[in-house]
Amino acid sequence: MKTARRQSYGVKSAPYGFLLPGIILFALFFALPIGYALYLSFRKVHVSGLGLGSGARKEVWAGLENYSDALSDSELLHGALRVFGYGLIVVPVMLGLALLFALMLDADKVRFTPFTRLAIFLPYAIPGVVAALLWGFLYLPDVSPFYWVLDKLGMPQPDLLDGGPLYLALSNIAVWGGTGFNMIVIYTALQAIPVEVYEAAKLDGATPLQIALRIKIPMVAPSLVLTFFFSIIATLQVFNEPTTLKPLTNSVSTTWSPLMKVYQDAFGNGDIYRASAQAVIIAFATLVLSFGFLRAANRRSKQEEGAR
Amino acid sequence: MSSLAVHKVPSAAGTTGTAHKKPPLRRRIALLPTVTLLIGAVYCLLPVAWVVIASTKSGTELFSTFTFWPGSGLVDNVKELNAYRDGVYWQWMGNSALYAGLGALLSTCVSAFSGYALAIYRFRGRESMFNVLLAGVLMPPIILAVPQYLLMAKAGVTDSYVSVLLPQILSPYGVYLARIYASAAVPADVVEAGRMDGASEWRIFTRIALPMMVPGLVTVFLFQFVAIWNNFLLPYIMLSDDTKFPITLGLFTLLKQGAAAPALYTLVITGAFLAVLPLVALFLVIQRFWSLDLLSGAVKS
Repeated sequence: MKTARRQSYGVKSAPYGFLLPGIILFALFFALPIGYALYLSFRKVHVSGLGLGSGARKEVWAGLENYSDALSDSELLHGALRVFGYGLIVVPVMLGLALLFALMLDADKVRFTPFTRLAIFLPYAIPGVVAALLWGFLYLPDVSPFYWVLDKLGMPQPDLLDGGPLYLALSNIAVWGGTGFNMIVIYTALQAIPVEVYEAAKLDGATPLQIALRIKIPMVAPSLVLTFFFSIIATLQVFNEPTTLKPLTNSVSTTWSPLMKVYQDAFGNGDIYRASAQAVIIAFATLVLSFGFLRAANRRSKQEEGAR
Repeated sequence: MSSLAVHKVPSAAGTTGTAHKKPPLRRRIALLPTVTLLIGAVYCLLPVAWVVIASTKSGTELFSTFTFWPGSGLVDNVKELNAYRDGVYWQWMGNSALYAGLGALLSTCVSAFSGYALAIYRFRGRESMFNVLLAGVLMPPIILAVPQYLLMAKAGVTDSYVSVLLPQILSPYGVYLARIYASAAVPADVVEAGRMDGASEWRIFTRIALPMMVPGLVTVFLFQFVAIWNNFLLPYIMLSDDTKFPITLGLFTLLKQGAAAPALYTLVITGAFLAVLPLVALFLVIQRFWSLDLLSGAVKS
């Protein structure tokens, strides 16, 4: 009797024991920094007199001042618009290609699939910074094979690192790096569809295209939702690629994306209070977008279940 | 559990009766999908092929010869890279291996503990704990990294190995994967049977559950390894001493200096080439162990 009670006590406390390292790390490296960022976002430095002497700079309560500053900051707004435009290219192209390649891998009588699958997935192993660096060189007229080809053909040579083409150049890096991973996620979901489903459709005389459109794509919809979700998050957080391209062109400003703007304000301009307010706004926007998206996706899948 | 390397059961050949009688005709390849995939492969391999070739060129050849024509300077380039700031390049590679290797190992342990607890036990606050943790996935890295830096500065540990290593140990995504895998791989009655035999909860975990979770934990480890190896923002913010840089940050600073002195471009390119090699090699060896159905399977449940 005694041992049984001791055991049930052990079972009760065990999960907390297992979770302890995670909880400590979460408190130290997630909760505390987020709390601190919130706190800082409501503070500012008050400079008295000429700002000389030890007591001249004092941290004081700022209320919503940093937030109103951030929201009316045209640089932040422009950064957000740039990332929006960038995302409009990256997400559909990347997921479209990922779905296309996954369906092709899954098609009958396709050759070289082990090789092509691996080749397309390979960029996932290459850090974003290195990917941007490699493509950056391929965009440089002096060393790029594309320009060499254009030159031999006597065609005009656009500046890929300026204006509109810069969006394409940056998007291309993201598409290159992300297509393979998403392809594998969708492809694995395709593999999980029982073979009998296709057999029945084939007996009914369905073409491969019809099978792809009517059976395969609807059945991997959950994977598409997941990849879409992660692509949006990754797009909002774009930082590495434009930062890496910056040394190669004057067109990428230090505030090209919202995250770069936060970095610039925090460490370039040394205004951690404003930077914190901006970071909080970005985090809030991300959460609202994500949960809105997840709810919409959930509602749809529930409706479909109800329809059946 | 299928993985990247698992092939689909050949179904098409069996369904059409003629397939067996006239194999040469019926076993044609599907041209459109094959060509599409080959184009995709070329697109994905292009920058890698370029860097392999470009790394063989000397500084003058880089700007004067056709880009896909190999040059004669590979040995010199590597020598120059070795000599650059007393071999700081190799220090960067070593640092990356340390951050990613140790970080992923610790991260996998923490994910295994947490994921197991969340999957197997019923306790108060389980779901809310899990949801709070998942919200961590959505946090833009910068909202964490800036205050992390400021707090570490107060504690006096910025610009150290610890400042890059510690914040990356807890991975919400790793916990999520471990939880899904534990609930799929560890049956409740096996845990119950262990309790009946009087084993402690820790013993049940280490002796029974952990071995069952190993395939999933390999995936968690690999994800974390790649994520930490590829991380740029955190070390960019935390570190100023370039002997502690990981390879991503090292190459970035080299490129930044190269913008002023194009002679450094050959160093950047050779550095990028050598940095890609170990990861590609690792990738080729281990890709068969990844069980990515964990990902797509996860959505369905």
